Amino acid sequence: MNSRATVAFIVAVLCLAGLSVALLRHAQTGIPWLPGERTTVWLIEARIDFVALDGPVTASLSIPEQVPGYRMVDEQAASAGYGFSVVQVDNDRRAEWTRRDASGAQSLYFSATFLGADFVTMGPQEEQADIEPRAEPVFWGDADITAASALIAEARGKSSDPRSLARELARGFQDGSQTQNAALLLARDESPVTVLRKLLNDADVPTREVQTLRLEDARRRQSLEPLLEIYDGEEWILLDPALGLIDAPEDLLLWHRGGRSVLDVTGGTQSRLSFSMIRQSVSAAQLATERDKDSLFALIGVHRLPIEEQSMFKLLLLLPLGATVVVFCRVLLGLQTAGTFMPVLIALVFLQTALLPGLIAFVSVVILGLLMRGYLSHLNLLLVARIAALIVLVIFVISVLSIIGYQLGISTGMIITFFPMIIIAWTIERLSILWEEEGPRDVLIQGGGSMLVAVLAYLPMQSSTVQHLSFNFPELNLVLLAGIMAMGQYTGYKLSELGRFSAMDDAP
Amino acid sequence: MSAWLPPRRLRELGMLGMNARNLEYIGRYNRRQLYPLVDNKLKTKLLARDYDLPVPTLRLALSQQHAVDPALDTLDHLDGFAMKPAKGSGGKGIWVITGRRGDAFLKSSGAELSRDELRRHMSNTLAGLYSLGGGTDSVIIEDLIRLAPRFEGLSHEGVPDIRVIVFRGYPVMAMLRLATHASDGKANLHQGAVGVGLTLDEGRCAHAVQMGKRITHHPDTGLPLDAIAIEAWQEILELAAYCYDVTGLGYLGTDIVIDRDRGPMLLELNARPGLAIQMANGRGLLPRLKAVERLRERPRPSHQERVRFSVETLSRL
Repeated sequence: MNSRATVAFIVAVLCLAGLSVALLRHAQTGIPWLPGERTTVWLIEARIDFVALDGPVTASLSIPEQVPGYRMVDEQAASAGYGFSVVQVDNDRRAEWTRRDASGAQSLYFSATFLGADFVTMGPQEEQADIEPRAEPVFWGDADITAASALIAEARGKSSDPRSLARELARGFQDGSQTQNAALLLARDESPVTVLRKLLNDADVPTREVQTLRLEDARRRQSLEPLLEIYDGEEWILLDPALGLIDAPEDLLLWHRGGRSVLDVTGGTQSRLSFSMIRQSVSAAQLATERDKDSLFALIGVHRLPIEEQSMFKLLLLLPLGATVVVFCRVLLGLQTAGTFMPVLIALVFLQTALLPGLIAFVSVVILGLLMRGYLSHLNLLLVARIAALIVLVIFVISVLSIIGYQLGISTGMIITFFPMIIIAWTIERLSILWEEEGPRDVLIQGGGSMLVAVLAYLPMQSSTVQHLSFNFPELNLVLLAGIMAMGQYTGYKLSELGRFSAMDDAP
Repeated sequence: MSAWLPPRRLRELGMLGMNARNLEYIGRYNRRQLYPLVDNKLKTKLLARDYDLPVPTLRLALSQQHAVDPALDTLDHLDGFAMKPAKGSGGKGIWVITGRRGDAFLKSSGAELSRDELRRHMSNTLAGLYSLGGGTDSVIIEDLIRLAPRFEGLSHEGVPDIRVIVFRGYPVMAMLRLATHASDGKANLHQGAVGVGLTLDEGRCAHAVQMGKRITHHPDTGLPLDAIAIEAWQEILELAAYCYDVTGLGYLGTDIVIDRDRGPMLLELNARPGLAIQMANGRGLLPRLKAVERLRERPRPSHQERVRFSVETLSRL
C-alpha cells in the first residue's frame, strides 16, 4: 500500500506541476491554448538615404522603445560596411550607424516588428520621468494673443481637467467645427500641432511633440507625422489635432518622443528618412515565442532551438501521447501488439504520410517482406544475416514501389520511404517468427492489434490542437506521465479478459 | 460462447487478471535477479541437479555455432531426443525427435527432417531466434520422456505435462495439459490444447476446457476426461512445492511430466505462469492466493508441510 500512496503522490505532483507550469507559461507568454489564433503584426522598415562627404559618417536614428498600443518584438539593422549599435541617450533610444570613410549615396535600413494592439497585454508603462513635466512659457504675437486667450477661456469653461481642456481646445481646430479664432491662428502658416501646443502650454498643460507613423498595409516611402502628447498629471496622452485625444492608438505608431531630432547625420548631406511597412497575420504562438526571447520560459522552451531541430522536437514531444495510448490499449483494453512501442513509431510515420496511404504502403511492404522472409528461411542462413538480407531486399522493394508509383504519377508511392527501415524489417522478422511458431492466427491478432493501436495513437497525435499543446506546452507531457503512472497501478481486469474469461460463467 | 462477463462477476469468481498478476503477484513475489534461473533452461537444469530434483537427462548443451556439426554427429547415435532453446518461452523452438528413417530424423509429428534442417534449427536457436530477449542462446538436447501407459490416447503426439502454480511454496492450482491435433502437438492452451483442471487433494479431473469452452471428452480420441486421475500425486505436489525452496521465486509455474520409468520429473519452470489454468479448473486463483498471503508462519514450514496445507485447506477454496 505504501508504494501505492507514493505513486498517488507523484501522480498528483506531476499533474499539478504540469498544469501550473502550463498556466504560468500561458499567462507569461500569452501563447494561446488553441492553435490558429492569429494576430496582426506590422513589419516596419526605416530607410535613411544621404550622400556621404568622403569622410567619417555617423547616422543616428531615434527608434521606439515603449510604444502605447504596440509592442516591438524584433528589430534589426542592415547596412553593409557600417558599424551598428543601439545606444541610449537621455531616455531616447537611438540606432547609430558609424563608418570611418564613406562617399556617395548611402542607404541604411532599420527594421522592426510590432505586435498589433489586440495582442498586447499592457506591459509596464513607460518609466515615470524624474521631474514632473512643466508647461513651457509661450509668447504670442500682439495680433494672436486675443484669439488665443479667447480660445483658452472658452475651452477652460467647458472643461474640468487637462484632458478635457485639451479635447475642447483640439475641437476648435477640427474640420467642420473650426472656430474663427482657430482659423486666425492657423493663418500664420503654422501647423495645427504647433498652434495647439502653444495654446496648451499657455493653458498650463505640459505638452511635447512626438513623431508618429500612420500604419497602412503595404505602404512605401512614408514619413513621420508630428503629433502632440499632453500630460494630464499622471500620464502622457496622444493628441491628434484632427481627431482629438487618442487613448488607444490604432494604426498609429509613436516612433519618436521629444528630445533630440529623429535623425542626425554627420558627415553627410541630403539626408532623408522614409518608412515602408507591411501587415502580416501570423499565428499567435509564433509571435509569443518571438517576443519572449528573454523570458525564462523561452530559455527552457523548445523555441530557442534552430528551426530544423524544432521540427524534430515537434515529433518527439508527441511520443508521450503515443506511449500513453499504448499503455491504455495494453493495460486497460488488453490489445495485443507485436513489440511494445512499435505502434507508436508506426503512428509517427503515419503523421508524415497521412493515414490511409501510410497504412496501405506499410501493410503491403510487410506482406511482401513476409513472402521473401519465407523464402529466405529455406536458404539456411544465420539469423543476423537473414535479417540483414531482408533489410536489403525490402529496400529494393521500396525503391521499386516508389519508382513505379512515381512513373504512374502516384506520388503516394514515395511515402514508404518515410518508414524507418528498421521498423519494417523488424516487423517482418517478428511477424514471420510468429507465423512459424504460432500460426497465421496470431500474426493476424498481433499484427492487427499493432495496426489498430498505431491508428488509435495516430488519431490524437494528428490533431493540430494536440500538436500545438505538446509543442508549446511541453510540460503538459508531465500530466501524461502521471496518467501513465496511474494506469501502471491498475490491477483490475482488462476489457479483453471480460471476454476471455467468459467461459467461467457456467463454471461450478 | 457466452456473452462477456461484467467485472463484478469475475471478482465474485475470484479470477486473477493479467494486470493484478503482474503487479501484485509476479511483481511483488518474484525478484528480477532470480528470473534467469528459470528463463534459462540450462541453468534450471543445473540447479535441479544441485538439489537432486528429477529432470530429463541432459545429453548435450551447445552455445557456439562451431559446435553444431560435432553435435550432429553425436545426435546420429541417439534414437530419440528433445532439442530445446535454453531461453525459449511458450514451447517455441522445441523439436522432439522420436526416431530415425535412414539418414533422416523423425519428428514427433511424423515429419522427416534432414541433417541440414536440424543444423539450421540449431544455428537459428544459437543466434537467438527463440530467445526471450533476442540475444544469443544455447541449445539443450535431452532424453525423451516416455509416455506413461496411463496417458495413452490422451495426448496427441506429445507427452502431457502437469502445470502446478506454486505460490510462496504452496501449490495453489494444478492442471494437466493435453496436446491435441488442433494444437499441432503443442501444449499451449490458447493454441487449442486441452486443459484439464486437477483437484489439489487427489489430482483428479475437476473440469476441462479447450479454446475456452468446457469439454468432457478428448476431442481427438474421445476418451472421457473425467476419468483422469494422476498417480503419485503427493510426489508431484512435493516436487512442485520444493521448486520454491530451490529458486526462491514466490509466484512460480512448475511443469512436471511423468516418465513411464522414472516417474514425475521437472520439465521446466516459469516465472510468469499464465492465467488459463483458472479456466481449466473452472475457478479463480484469488481465493487461494489470498489464503496463502494471510499465512504468517514462523518457522518456515517444510515443503511437505506446505503440501499438506494445500491438500487440506486450499483444495476446498
